[in-house]
Amino acid sequence: MLSAQSFGGPGKMKEYHYTGAVENRFSPYAFNGGTVLAVAGEDFAIVASDTRLSEGYSIHSRDSPKCYKLTDTTVIGCSGFHGDCLTLTKIIDARLKMYKHSNNKTMTSGAIAAMLSTILYGRRFFPYYVYNIIGGLDEEGKGAVYSFDPVGSYQRDTYKAGGSASAMLQPLLDNQIGFKNMEGVQHVPLTQEKAVQLVKDVFISAAERDVYTGDALRICIVTKEGINEQTIPLRKD
Amino acid sequence: MLHTLNPCQEQNGGFCFENSRRNAVLESSLSEGTNKAPSARKTGTTIAGMVCKDGVVLGADTRATDDMVVADKNCMKIHYIAPKIYCCGAGVAADAEMATQIMASNVELHMLNTGRPPLVAMVTRQLKQMLFRYQGHMGSSVIVGGVDVTGAHLYSVYPHGSYDKLPFLTMGSGAAAAVSVFEDRFKPNMELEEAKKLVRDAIAAGIFCDLGSGSNVDLCVITDVGVQFLRGYDKPTAKGQREGQYRYKPGTTAVLTKTETPLSLDVVDECVQLMDTE
Repeated sequence: MLSAQSFGGPGKMKEYHYTGAVENRFSPYAFNGGTVLAVAGEDFAIVASDTRLSEGYSIHSRDSPKCYKLTDTTVIGCSGFHGDCLTLTKIIDARLKMYKHSNNKTMTSGAIAAMLSTILYGRRFFPYYVYNIIGGLDEEGKGAVYSFDPVGSYQRDTYKAGGSASAMLQPLLDNQIGFKNMEGVQHVPLTQEKAVQLVKDVFISAAERDVYTGDALRICIVTKEGINEQTIPLRKD
Repeated sequence: MLHTLNPCQEQNGGFCFENSRRNAVLESSLSEGTNKAPSARKTGTTIAGMVCKDGVVLGADTRATDDMVVADKNCMKIHYIAPKIYCCGAGVAADAEMATQIMASNVELHMLNTGRPPLVAMVTRQLKQMLFRYQGHMGSSVIVGGVDVTGAHLYSVYPHGSYDKLPFLTMGSGAAAAVSVFEDRFKPNMELEEAKKLVRDAIAAGIFCDLGSGSNVDLCVITDVGVQFLRGYDKPTAKGQREGQYRYKPGTTAVLTKTETPLSLDVVDECVQLMDTE
């Protein structure tokens, strides 16, 4: 028998209305990709990021690092929407200067983290689309990592990955640095050489599978001597 | 007894669209929650082809992506259709694979029916008629190239069923990057080695400048003498060398419970298959 459902009448097919009215709204945000990673050691901190800036399927730049030096003991890694990353780092720099002029001392890593949290929450209803990770040395000279969400929630960690390949890197770090899911393994404290080697290896793996990560890797190593920068090439495809 | 078609039943070709409205409602309610409807895997590709003096050169990259994560680092995008007709597929991976396999079967049957080797135009016509029948729901864009009794030909067919016949073609997300290389250096009746290099350069442009394409360049050279399938013709990118050792000692994974059940089995055959772990 003829199915009556698909016919609106003799000789006519019923109209299928898949969605409602389609409205194309302007979006104030764009996603520019990139991955950042920070690791805290006994007397050092490492902040690393890839240097690829992309949008959609294209690459804007192969040399746009996402680590920004704030003070001699603090580096911040910002990924997400590049426009907001630039504005946010400018605002943080200005606030650091203001603090220096009022209090006659440089802001500590913990103080910068607390301040960043209030800056981000100040834009709670039109957020900065930035995933921040601060790496540096605390007042005692020990390594510190602070990780943030776009609206200012933060906590102190030993290690954290953020950005487009964060979901790929974080479990690997949990295993290699946090010794999670392993039995009968000696919990050796992380040396600086081992940490740098680990960071290079995890980014090589992230560049294999995440299309937004690649081109080059910028590593900033923060010690009491100062900030040392290294650049390693990654896959360019 | 032969079953004849019930004359009251409408012959429905292609897809049945009865559930489209229900699916649209379901998808909009799903997107509000945490789950998303699964999306078809697209290859996010660069494919290219050109006609040269002796025949046709087809090229493709080898990356398959699942949204923006690489699903396969070395997949094959150049498919066999007939002994001297090959086809590169872009768009939805499953659709490209099925469309080309159906074409290969049809070409074989056609060859047996007519007793003649196939024409590239015949493959293109069947492909475009099938894709038009599916009204763009089969999301595969293909470049068909080959040599037949009338010469070397190159066609591109789009998901809705339109086609172009041109001396050089590119498709996929990296098409813009690849066609810029062709527009710069293409000349009619190029020598084979020069043509191979040009197609390799066009695909390499897609590999480096398009995020949806990557890994290696595959080439397929078709002349009236025969076919050279050059898998991994060029590997312009290399995986970085890891410095650390990440092997685990036996006993690292915790064993919570152990149950041994003996089964009485005999070993009949043993074979070793290497996995592609790079």
